[in-house]
Parts: sequence; structure tokens; C-alpha cells
Amino acid sequence: MLHFLRRRLTVAILVALTVLTLSFLLTRLSGDLAISIAGPNATQEDIELIRRAYGLDRPLWVQYFDWLWRALQGDFGDSYFFKTRVARLIMERMPITMTLGLCGLFIALCVALPLGILAAVKENTWVDRSVLMVALIGQAMPSFWLGLILMVVLGLNLGWLPISGTGSWEHYVMPSIVLSFSAIPSLMRLTRSGMIEALASDYIRTARAKGLSRLSILVKHGFRNAAIPVVAIAAVQLGFMLGGSIVIETVFALHGVGYLAWESISKNDFPVVQAVVLVLALIYIGLTLLSDLLNAVLDPRLRSA
Amino acid sequence: MSTVLQPAGAGNRRRIRRNAGAIFGAGIVGFITFVAIFAPWLAPYDPFTIDLGRRVIPPMWMEGGTPANILGTDQLGRDYLSRLIYGARVSMIIGVATVITSGIIGTFLGVMGGFYGGRVDDAVMFAITARLSIPVVLVALAVAGLLGTSFTLVILVLGLLLWDRFAVVARSTTMQIRNLDYVAAARCAGCSPMTVLLKEVLPNIATHLAVVATLEMALAILLEAALSFLGLGVPPPLPSWGLMISEAKEYMFFSPWIIMIPGIALFVLVLGVNLLGDALRDMLGTDLSR
Repeated sequence: MLHFLRRRLTVAILVALTVLTLSFLLTRLSGDLAISIAGPNATQEDIELIRRAYGLDRPLWVQYFDWLWRALQGDFGDSYFFKTRVARLIMERMPITMTLGLCGLFIALCVALPLGILAAVKENTWVDRSVLMVALIGQAMPSFWLGLILMVVLGLNLGWLPISGTGSWEHYVMPSIVLSFSAIPSLMRLTRSGMIEALASDYIRTARAKGLSRLSILVKHGFRNAAIPVVAIAAVQLGFMLGGSIVIETVFALHGVGYLAWESISKNDFPVVQAVVLVLALIYIGLTLLSDLLNAVLDPRLRSA
Repeated sequence: MSTVLQPAGAGNRRRIRRNAGAIFGAGIVGFITFVAIFAPWLAPYDPFTIDLGRRVIPPMWMEGGTPANILGTDQLGRDYLSRLIYGARVSMIIGVATVITSGIIGTFLGVMGGFYGGRVDDAVMFAITARLSIPVVLVALAVAGLLGTSFTLVILVLGLLLWDRFAVVARSTTMQIRNLDYVAAARCAGCSPMTVLLKEVLPNIATHLAVVATLEMALAILLEAALSFLGLGVPPPLPSWGLMISEAKEYMFFSPWIIMIPGIALFVLVLGVNLLGDALRDMLGTDLSR
């Protein structure tokens, strides 16, 4: 168990360092950062001034290690546009994105688990095929388009929910539903295949032979085993959803980290963009680590791997 | 005749239904490919011609529609059907080009890792893990924000980001066949590693990669639409379906059809590609769903 932990942790740290380097290189892609910051109407002196002010005249590797050292201490510099610390900006917006992600994941699990189990129990019947069809439709639905449709139907025609903004809990309902769509198909397929495998195994036959009730077999013996990979993947899915929330936050003008990133990209506010990429990547790395741990805790067979 | 005939029961019926999905998917993808290729001959008007006197005319079956513009006109008076037809080109080119780019990168990495194992494999696994931790949409948007939007940039960025599943599948399938007899035989016959990889390994994992290709193509089409919707994908006035939705969204509360039409086109195309992929996967009997 300890060996397993140490190995996963080492990989996670190395990946985190790679991502740090990549997000530094990302903003240097355009060649000269000073020109990008200065904008199209800047004079040569302006650019020179900016280059000196932001330390862009130093050698690239000096800039890199300076940036890396500060980033490791949680210092991402100042935002060019908001004129505050980038770390503070992200801290302010993160709860909104987290709430959205967790609500989305919760809705996804509430839909995917029962439907997945149902499909497995009724394997190869019309119920099963309908569930798989739902998964296919969910996969093919463009999230921003679904968001707009919900705005027209639930927001305008029925007037049940506010169309956009951040004010109350009601503002989270539509974005969470849309976000959940990205996770439902994979979670549902995984629940279904895990359940089918579990239901075909020897311990289920034993449970049946003992005369246990159908429900008890399904929940206590079938689902508990099928759930292991689902729980682990759910953590990874949350990471993907946080990364994908930028589209949904922009559609609904929900002022989370994703919206912040979109605003900053259109305003050439590179320190913020860089920091958001980094923070979301680090959260994802943390979640995959958590997923590996959950897997090991829930399924003792994996610990020696 | 000693062969026992299978009763025409559940198995057959399932096969027919599966085929129905495959035929449906192939039909959709085939139709949209046809439309994309022959767009200049099929489109009734030029998709870029602006006519401000004839803005937001609804489709012909709705009140106020005219048979002159079957699907109506957009906010600049451009014929909606023509834009939709040319939009098929954007989606198909982006989908195919991205899959080719990411397929080459992912397959190369995966085959190397799976074939050589050891250190090489560790490096490949590490690259996959690192790639997965990068938020795709965000990075694609940031790159477009820095370098400016262009058609080729979208393909390049998506191609460089979406190779992970190719690598995972190429790696695991290569590992499975690495030690099979025919690969060993080719090695014993003195074939160079390059020949073994190209002539023995690659053809035998190709079908698995084809399944991944459909999944990635669907994903690339959706991502391009999302990027264009956010204003950092395909630049206007190109008629990308995502961009059409974005440009029309101020009108959606009064005329919802204006976002429904390109949205449905997008949905149907992605559904078709996914159906085709599912059919392919069922034929192979492998489960790559994730």
C-alpha cells in the first residue's frame, strides 16, 4: 500500500511540474509577450517600457525560474486588468465554479446510477436500449446549445428560472443541468457494464442460492462491486467538468473561474489565464490521485498493483 | 450436415438492430459528407452575400417565411440554408483533419510504448497523464486568444491536444499482440523493428484505432463548435455551425428557430459519427467506452 502511494504521488508531482512548465510556455507562444500586452496601437517606447516593467527583458530561463519559484509559493503575480493579486481573484471565484461542478456531478450521479443499474438488470431489452440511446443523445448534445435552449424554454417561455447571472441558488440550476450532461453518458455506461459483470459473477449466484431478496442482491452484492470504478471515475469526471465549465459559465454569465478565464483571454490578461490553467490542472491532478486512492481503499485487490 | 443451425432468435434480432444503428449512422455521416463536398453546387445562394433589407426571415414553413429562402435568412440577411451547407464543410474538415493529426501523434506514442515497454513505456504513460491534466477547452481558447483565430490554428490546437485516447488504445492493443506468434515469427525472420511495426503491428490494431477515430472526430466537431461559439475558433464570416449559433443568439428569444437549425445540424452529425463508432465497436466486440 505504501509503495503504491509513493509511486502515485511521485508521478503526480512530476506531472504537476510538467504542467507548470507548459503553462509558462503557453504565454510565450506568441513570441513577444510585451507586444501582446501593449495591444495593437502601442508605440515602440510603450513596448520597451512594458518589457522592462514586467521583467520581460531578462533571459527566458531567469523569467521561468522566477515565475516557477513564485508560483510554488502561490504567488501568480498581478492581473493587468483587475489590478489585484491573481491568487485573490481566483480564490474569490473558485467557490462558484466548485459549487457548479459539485452540483453537476451530483445531478449526473442521480441520473446515471439508477439508469445504469436498470439497463444492466434489463440487459438486451427495450429498457436497456433506451438507456443506451439516452447516453448517445447526451454525448451528441453541444453543451452551449443545450444551455441556450434551456434559457429560452425554462427562462423565457416558462419563466421558472433566471436566464443568467450569479445572484442566487436558482442561477445554478440550469448551468448544473447542462454540465451534468457531459458526465452522464460515461458514468451510465460504466455503471451498466460494471453491473452486468457483477451480476454474472459467482457471488451473485451464491447470494441467489441462499434465497436473498432481489433488492438485497442488487444493492448489497451487485452494486457495491460495480460502484468501485464508478466512484473512482466520478472524481476524475469532476476534474473534467471543472475544466469544461468555462463554456457553460460564459453562456450563463456565471462569474466563476471559467468566466474569469474567458474575460482575461479577451483582455490579454495573461497572468490570470496562466494561473487558471495551472490551478484547474492541479485540481485535476489532485482528483486523479484521490481517485487512485479511493480505488485502492475500496478494492483491496488493487493495492499490490 | 452436422452443423447445428442457430435458431433465428434474440441473437439475430440484436444483430439487425445493431445494423440499424450502423446504417443510420453511416447514412447521416455519408449525407453530410456529400453535402460538404458538393456545397457549391447544392447551396442555392452565396453564403457570404449580405442583404440587410432581408434580415431574420423565418424558414418557409413558418409565418412570414418565403420559398425563396427555405431555411430563412440570418441577422445579416444571408441565406441560412446556404450557410448551413457550407458549415458542413467546416465541421467535416475540422473533424477529419484533427483526427489525422491526433491519430498520428497518439498512435506513434502508443505503439512505441506498447512495443518497447520499459523506460519508453514509462515516458509514454507519463506524457498521457500530463496531457490528460491539461484542460483542453481552456488551453485552446488561450492559444487562440494569443495567436489570433484561424481555421488552421483550430485544427492544429485540437490535433495536438486530442491524441490521448489514441495513445492509450494503441499502447494496450500493441501490448496484447507484441508477444503473439506472428510478431515473433516476423522478428525471427530478421525483419527490422520498423518493418515489424508497420507490417505486423499497425494493420492489426487499425480497427481498434478506427473506433477511437470516430469518438475523437465527434469530440473535435463539438469542441470546434464550442470554440467558435465563444468567438475564439473559426473566424467570421466563415459559416461554422457554432459561430452561426453565437452570432444569432441575440435573436433567439424572439426567433428560437435561428439557434435551433444549426444546433440540430451539429447534434445530428455528432450523433451519426457516434452511432457509426458504436457499430464498429460492437463488430469488434471490444469495450472502449469510458
